[in-house]
Amino acid sequence: MPMTALPALPSFPSFRELENAGEFIARHIGIEAADEARMLAVIGSATRKELIDGIVPPAIRRSKPMDLPPPITEAGALAELKAMAAKNKVARNFIGQGYYGTHTPGVILRNVLENPAWYTAYTPYQAEISQGRMEALLNFQTMVCDLTGMAIANASMLDEATAAAEAMTLAKRSVKSKSNVFLVAGDCHPQTIEVLRTRAAPLGIEIKVSTASDTLPQLMTSGEFFGALAQYPGTTGQVHDLRPLAGHAHAKGAAFCVAADLLALTLLAPPGEWEADIVCGTTQRFGMPMCNGGPHAAYLACRDSFKRSLPGRLVGVSVDVHGAPTYRLALQTREQHIRREKATSNICTAQALPAVIASMYAVYHGPTGLTRIAHRVAVLTAVLAQGLEQMGRELVNTTAFDSLTVRSGDDTALILERAHAASVNLRHRLQQHLGISLDETTTRADIEMLWALFVPAGIPMPRFAALAEHVKPRIPDALRRTSAFMTHPVFNTHKSETSMLRYIRSLSDKDLALDRTMIPLGSCTMKLNATSEMIPITWPEFANIHPFAPADQLKGYAELDQQLRGWLCEATGYAGISLQPNAGSQGEYAGLLAIRAFHASRGEQRRNICLIPSSAHGTNPASAQMAGMQVIVTACDTQGNVDLDDLKRFCEKHSEELAAVMITYPSTHGVFEAGVKELCALVHAHGGRVYVDGANMNALVGVAAPGEFGGDVSHLNLHKTFCIPHGGGGPGVGPVCVVEDLVPFLPGHLTAGITSRGVGAVSAAPLGNAAVLPISWMYCRMMGAEGLQAATETAILSANYISARLKDHYPTLYASQSAEGRGHVAHECILDLRPLKETSGITAEDVAKRLIDYGFHAPTLSFPVPGTLMVEPTESEPLAELDRFVDAMIAIRGEIRRIEDGVWPQDDNPLKHAPHTAASLLSAEWPHPYSRELAAVPLAALRQAKYWPPIGRVDNVYGDRNLFCSCVPVHMYETIAENKA
Amino acid sequence: MTVKYTKDHEWVDAAGGGNAPVTVGITVHAQDALGDVVFVDLPEVGKTFAQGEVAGVVESVKAAADVFMPVSGEVTEVNEALRADPALANSDPLGAGWFFKVKLADALQLDALMDATTYDKFSSEA
Repeated sequence: MPMTALPALPSFPSFRELENAGEFIARHIGIEAADEARMLAVIGSATRKELIDGIVPPAIRRSKPMDLPPPITEAGALAELKAMAAKNKVARNFIGQGYYGTHTPGVILRNVLENPAWYTAYTPYQAEISQGRMEALLNFQTMVCDLTGMAIANASMLDEATAAAEAMTLAKRSVKSKSNVFLVAGDCHPQTIEVLRTRAAPLGIEIKVSTASDTLPQLMTSGEFFGALAQYPGTTGQVHDLRPLAGHAHAKGAAFCVAADLLALTLLAPPGEWEADIVCGTTQRFGMPMCNGGPHAAYLACRDSFKRSLPGRLVGVSVDVHGAPTYRLALQTREQHIRREKATSNICTAQALPAVIASMYAVYHGPTGLTRIAHRVAVLTAVLAQGLEQMGRELVNTTAFDSLTVRSGDDTALILERAHAASVNLRHRLQQHLGISLDETTTRADIEMLWALFVPAGIPMPRFAALAEHVKPRIPDALRRTSAFMTHPVFNTHKSETSMLRYIRSLSDKDLALDRTMIPLGSCTMKLNATSEMIPITWPEFANIHPFAPADQLKGYAELDQQLRGWLCEATGYAGISLQPNAGSQGEYAGLLAIRAFHASRGEQRRNICLIPSSAHGTNPASAQMAGMQVIVTACDTQGNVDLDDLKRFCEKHSEELAAVMITYPSTHGVFEAGVKELCALVHAHGGRVYVDGANMNALVGVAAPGEFGGDVSHLNLHKTFCIPHGGGGPGVGPVCVVEDLVPFLPGHLTAGITSRGVGAVSAAPLGNAAVLPISWMYCRMMGAEGLQAATETAILSANYISARLKDHYPTLYASQSAEGRGHVAHECILDLRPLKETSGITAEDVAKRLIDYGFHAPTLSFPVPGTLMVEPTESEPLAELDRFVDAMIAIRGEIRRIEDGVWPQDDNPLKHAPHTAASLLSAEWPHPYSRELAAVPLAALRQAKYWPPIGRVDNVYGDRNLFCSCVPVHMYETIAENKA
Repeated sequence: MTVKYTKDHEWVDAAGGGNAPVTVGITVHAQDALGDVVFVDLPEVGKTFAQGEVAGVVESVKAAADVFMPVSGEVTEVNEALRADPALANSDPLGAGWFFKVKLADALQLDALMDATTYDKFSSEA
């Protein structure tokens, strides 16, 4: 037998390879190794390292890699987080104070909160691809207007406390009174009063809080003030008769503001019916779990005459080119991206997703269901009260909706001990008093259990059945609501789950989110929000936690907070971080407050000038204004860089008053500026502090750390760089990060027992939007240092690939000036479309709308440079998707050429009429010089998968001239069509 | 010539002569730069402003601009028709789209403003 050689067999993989600890890195990053070589060839670089080394100035490179735990698998990270979550203790909560138990209807939980079609959408600035979520937000506004009785409401605020603070400044802008005093009823939630104090101080507003001896009516009649705020019902549970107070305020030329509970307003006479000027509050108990304090949608509503001063995003009704009613964001001139330091607020990202959930809860239950839920709560509260009185307990409040304050006296400790043993949380704010709040989830058994906690020895237990028979809610007749609300068909149609499910689906089908296409919005970092990152947020151990629960129930959250802060310190190079700010704007604000408090602590209160280059995000000047700083805008050079000479001139001129300089790095122009270290040194030499806006952190993680290259303070946007989804405009998280000597000035939270040197609470809850923090934890845990750095480098690679492939079609406006990085961009690129206006009449907006026909969400339009598109692909998009986008852009350039060549007129071509609806293509008449086919399926691939925009281009001018911001009554559809005609 | 212009793109018409109030509006160039005007905020009648103070606001969908008081004086009348139909600021900025009338405190301030030729040159360079 001849011997034959055995064929060579492949070797077995190592166990380490089989463990595949870094599996998630390749799931998160869309570019594969083989793609990378192709992309580098297009860019003209040999390796990714060479590309990055050329782009990122050597002077700012990290001194050493990030020290993070090595990556683990998705399953591993979920298990690790589950163990941490288990350290939180889910108790029965009766604390109230703005946070209540609620049942999230399953159909809403699964199809909205856990549905990427909703949570991965962007803020609806591009109206044509956002009609679904804008309808939901319009429902939210209508619900708030109807329940409060006010004329106009915005599309959500960050939390009740900041909404109250916005009510205060809205009052200041809107009234005649020149006083700087704002009165606050002592019966407001303590966290609201705390945030009001934080916000008031830098603006020179004096807060006066009423007491038992100095009541609000007394304060109102005795002195001058520009506004007053009362809680309805009060934090003690008392349903105050606030009706006469609006008159007192108006007599002084002041505004009367009310923080009102929306569920209570189904039973109580709404503030709008007794002339309140501004109403605010939270919608948390409309279907959003307590979430250890957030995210929840707060609301802000006001009288019609204040509407131009109302902060926040506002959905309005307009028409499209075909005359059909459409939704759009209205009155944007109020906002920071247009009005900058004169804006009504720095708020941008709000709480869109929680607002959608609250609105869906209202659609699901309708006015009848909401009233029933409220009634049940009020009856249970009355039964509880009656039983407590029967057993000899004395109540502080004589009226009540859902909350009672019991004079527990010497028994307080005993009752708390019993409660602790039964895993029950009561509210213990005042000595010898205990608070109890009931909600939708309270059961008959709960009432009996509460009685058992309070019953003195030897006294018989009250009998539930007997009391429930005859007890009436403790709401004074004079304050009972008689008016109808939520009469629009949308709140009275979707009663079956089938109908509800299809309504939710019909809305999300109108929109483009990351589940359908890349969203290449520059400065927004629309990257993957992985499912495994999202899964933990609805775990009961994270969701069903009260923010003011005892610390021993929050150990899992404390660990999460500590670990995440540690990792973010590694990523940024800073010494300390607070996760309390619940949006980027809040982080900015908290950072500037830290700088302000730092200067004050050294006796340098005079330092109040904040220099901001003209290329900054609008939030920067808006936040500086709120922090009491005087904004001076400095120039940029022709290459888009901060003009260092101009900055130097201002630093020298204001050396004694310089508080801070705010820069964005890499710049909003998408460039790593080589002079940033010099800039920081210059500012420090003049006694100022450097604020580095972290909006573009996705170009820095693992590559350069602002805390190392000279920044003193940064805020991060966890909803950009660290994977929290955008939610259609929130929730966000905006941690504020500082260097060592500013750590003592991070925000405190006295209500939760956290002290600080001079900076009070900036959010209602001590951990802000706590329940979405697991998303960023999961991301960091699964990526590790190596994965995070690869993500950054890939984001830069992809942006440069797009810039390179499009360079002969649309030039990139700004690029690196260094010899090594010449022509390269950071993680985003600004495509200059301005010359096309001259040659073809086509604007960047036309191209943005035409991209919808090609199935894309447009890039950022006209920011930071008017007439341009800013593209940020992020690391998560696969090469095929980048190519699909580039091919669409090139095809559109071809269409523009036909206009330039005179084939199509400047006013009748597929760009000017974009986007094309199915209805417009089906009409018998087609008077255009291009085919219907070209209009709808300009690329063959679109035949396989086509997104049909539900409306044609929106008429923005009509919308702002005919402002209408609630659900459209059916008859109005005809009126709109007539007006338009 | 009775019409004068400011570098903030307001016009002032002293056609009434003597002690008659002057009329103030925004220029063709200003409304062109703003785009379709959707809202104007007009000052209170009877209120006195110093030259250069913010007396009103004009807004389009994408921009907002302050209207500065071109001359010191008291506001005697505002254009209610413009408040109701802000589009007048686009369709007839120099006529029906006027903003308000001011009783001059100091006639010399008027002389110091730009004439039409100077303003045209100024705005074409701006």
